[in-house]
Amino acid sequence: METSIWRALLYLVGIMAFAGVNAAWLGWCERKGAARIQRRIGPCEAGFAGLMQPLADGLKLLSKQLLVPQGVDGIIFRVAPVLAMIPAITSMAVIPFSENIGARAMELSVLLLFALASIGMIAVLLGGWASGNKYAIISAARGVSQNLAYEIPMLLTVITVVLISGSMNLREIALSQQGGFWHWNIFRLENGHFLTMWISFIIFFICSVAETNRAPFDMAEAESELVAGFMTEYGSMGFGLFMMGEYLNIVVGACLTATLFLGGWDCPFGLTPGVWWFLLKIYILIFTFIWVRWTYPRTQIYRLLNLSWKILIPFSLANLLVTAALIKVF
Amino acid sequence: MSGYLSDIVTGGKSLITGLAITAREFFRPVVTEQYPWEVPTMTPLFRGHIELIANEETGEPNCVVCGMCQRACPSVCISLDGKKNESGKGKVLTRYILDFTKCSLCGSCVESCNFNALRFSKDYNLASFDKNDFIMDLMKRLEEQNRCKH
Amino acid sequence: MTVPVRLRQDETFVLNLGPQHPATHGVLRVKLTMDGEYVVKAEPVLGYIHRMHEKMAENGTFAQFFPNTARMDYLHALAFNHGWALVVEKAAGIEVPERAEYIRVITVELNRIASHLLWWAAFLLDLGGFTPLLYAFDDREKIIDLLERVTGSRLTYSYMRFGGVCNDIDDEFIAGTRDFIKQLRSRMPRLYHDLVTHNIILIKRIKDIGLVSAEQCRRYGATGPVARGSGIDYDIRKNEPYSVYPEFDFDIPVFDEGDSMARYMVRMHEMEQSMRIIEQALDKLPGGPVMGKAPKVLKPEAGYYYSAVETARGSLGHRLVCNGDKNPFKLKLRSPTFSNLSLFGEVAEGMLLADALAFMGSLDLVIPEIDR
Repeated sequence: METSIWRALLYLVGIMAFAGVNAAWLGWCERKGAARIQRRIGPCEAGFAGLMQPLADGLKLLSKQLLVPQGVDGIIFRVAPVLAMIPAITSMAVIPFSENIGARAMELSVLLLFALASIGMIAVLLGGWASGNKYAIISAARGVSQNLAYEIPMLLTVITVVLISGSMNLREIALSQQGGFWHWNIFRLENGHFLTMWISFIIFFICSVAETNRAPFDMAEAESELVAGFMTEYGSMGFGLFMMGEYLNIVVGACLTATLFLGGWDCPFGLTPGVWWFLLKIYILIFTFIWVRWTYPRTQIYRLLNLSWKILIPFSLANLLVTAALIKVF
Repeated sequence: MSGYLSDIVTGGKSLITGLAITAREFFRPVVTEQYPWEVPTMTPLFRGHIELIANEETGEPNCVVCGMCQRACPSVCISLDGKKNESGKGKVLTRYILDFTKCSLCGSCVESCNFNALRFSKDYNLASFDKNDFIMDLMKRLEEQNRCKH
Repeated sequence: MTVPVRLRQDETFVLNLGPQHPATHGVLRVKLTMDGEYVVKAEPVLGYIHRMHEKMAENGTFAQFFPNTARMDYLHALAFNHGWALVVEKAAGIEVPERAEYIRVITVELNRIASHLLWWAAFLLDLGGFTPLLYAFDDREKIIDLLERVTGSRLTYSYMRFGGVCNDIDDEFIAGTRDFIKQLRSRMPRLYHDLVTHNIILIKRIKDIGLVSAEQCRRYGATGPVARGSGIDYDIRKNEPYSVYPEFDFDIPVFDEGDSMARYMVRMHEMEQSMRIIEQALDKLPGGPVMGKAPKVLKPEAGYYYSAVETARGSLGHRLVCNGDKNPFKLKLRSPTFSNLSLFGEVAEGMLLADALAFMGSLDLVIPEIDR
């Protein structure tokens, strides 16, 4: 059944549906979550509890004129938003939602995910440069340096997970964590790995917040300094695609965290694993993304890069050495 | 080197405290007053646009057309006219127009009136598509108020 | 982080922090010549909201200028009211009863707390923290409701008159103010200091940014929290006292570092000191009338008169020239924010763009007050 055309079509439709629903309704979650933290209500008019709000927003964005300013590079300007969405949706092809649900279980899925993340970074750069607006260029440059700086500790921490699990296949990594939360990579109570894995988890989480350009690391779209950063010149669906791409990146980041560290589809007490646990975990992580965004102010660009190069990389390198030593010893 | 580590520790602690505070605020009740369904009550001294005060029995405005309000207004919003009172001395008010587009709600007119003819109304949600709706005819407003009272 | 070498024309570009921008509080245009992310030259361009208030003073009588005073600095409108009332009372020799003086002080200090709350909210909004805005506005809404009970307006108060104030305060206002002070004192340590002031991201963002020395403050004439954050211990309420301020026991917070963190702490401490003043004033509030004797048509003697009050942004001066007529002959306002903003051109050189904006936020600018 692996190569059946029906299976491929089913997964295609399923992933597009999952991506579409998440991209739209994550906007609702964010606005409601932000509102409750700020002790106000959030969207409440469009539909029951504002659930139709994303549809209303989508309709509004579709009905606006896609303004292409004079003096922009025509093709790149139009391609950049699409390029922001593509890696996010494609990444979902390798994520194991459950033991039997997963489009493809490739041997090098971790590597594929990071390669696709770099394409997302290129989309930000192209969008900013093609706009021909000084604010956009500054923000695109910031975005690239930030993404580059945070990919490195991310990769280093993922290597520790790969060393422990012995494979780069996301499905294998999730399978090796089955059986209750004490087997999960974040705790890993055997062989003394519990000393190092929680540090890996924290570093990985901070890097995913930075990779997806979320506050407190949202230099690229710093609203009050650079108006809207690299998205300034985009109207209507160009903006819509960038926003959806950002939310989908958050979903992919949460899925990756859940698979690598939190046991994928495993139940915490080892009872009935299933896709529901996976979805619960990613939504808790997504809520944490939203929670962190609305609590902290933005960092400065050099502090951001300092955090990565001077704090996260030394710690993750040390972590890697200790993990490798522990594997060798035990 | 010691500053490096202590920075990380105190910094991390402050970040966790911040998250705890917003988490607690997440579960507290909403402070929004949902406007069209929950209407606020205006306090007695609230300054809406001005309106004429009528005599209790006759329903006629107390105004004697002295023009003090017109002279006191810094924004030249008030224009009023009167005609001679047939049965007695003084003048009777025939027209009182307030140009609310220029009014700054300073209260000079209300304070300068010696005959208790002006007060602040409690109208706050005035909205319209037409500027002429805000050139208010206060005599007409008084007539409608009198009609609604009976 | 200074710019080391002279740059050629084509190595820099001009970024226009235009009149429409989320971070400039009002219509302020700043022409920034930038080298990458560093600011090489900063030139504020003013005048986009010049409405000729000083000329309007010459066209109307003295009493007709009160609405104008509120619209210049709309965040601390009562202090502007107070300044105008003081200078004309000085010119015409009008006495103000005790109760009116106390009410003036209570309302001005409440307004000062509201202004500092809004500064805190807007400063954090510039830095990217969106939540504290809503927490500060929750408290500010209570102040505005209290002041609405007394004055009738929420933002642009035209409440003071020559000889006193126009409405008296009632028991509900006094009870409400005491309640509010208790609530703000209980919310401050947690929501203001734990969440924001001690947050490592904020500390790293504003510590050692925008260093202003005391000598620079003196050269540009900066006053208020900007000067007090650089070590200059000068507050009009203590050094040139007016109204009934000598009767209250309060401190003037002064910090020596001169960076944005010092200015931030000065304003947070000032809020606490204002609460102390209000409590003491409420305890000592005498009875009596709230309006003194003032002639209907005011014609002060010819001469030059000056008075200064302390607003939330600095020292506001009114210079009034009368020539015996019922209109002022000339009025000149010394706006505190104008002098504070002039620091920006010199201090912002060599800073990163985001740091320059953080510095601008810490100066607490209200542009209509600059342009009048």
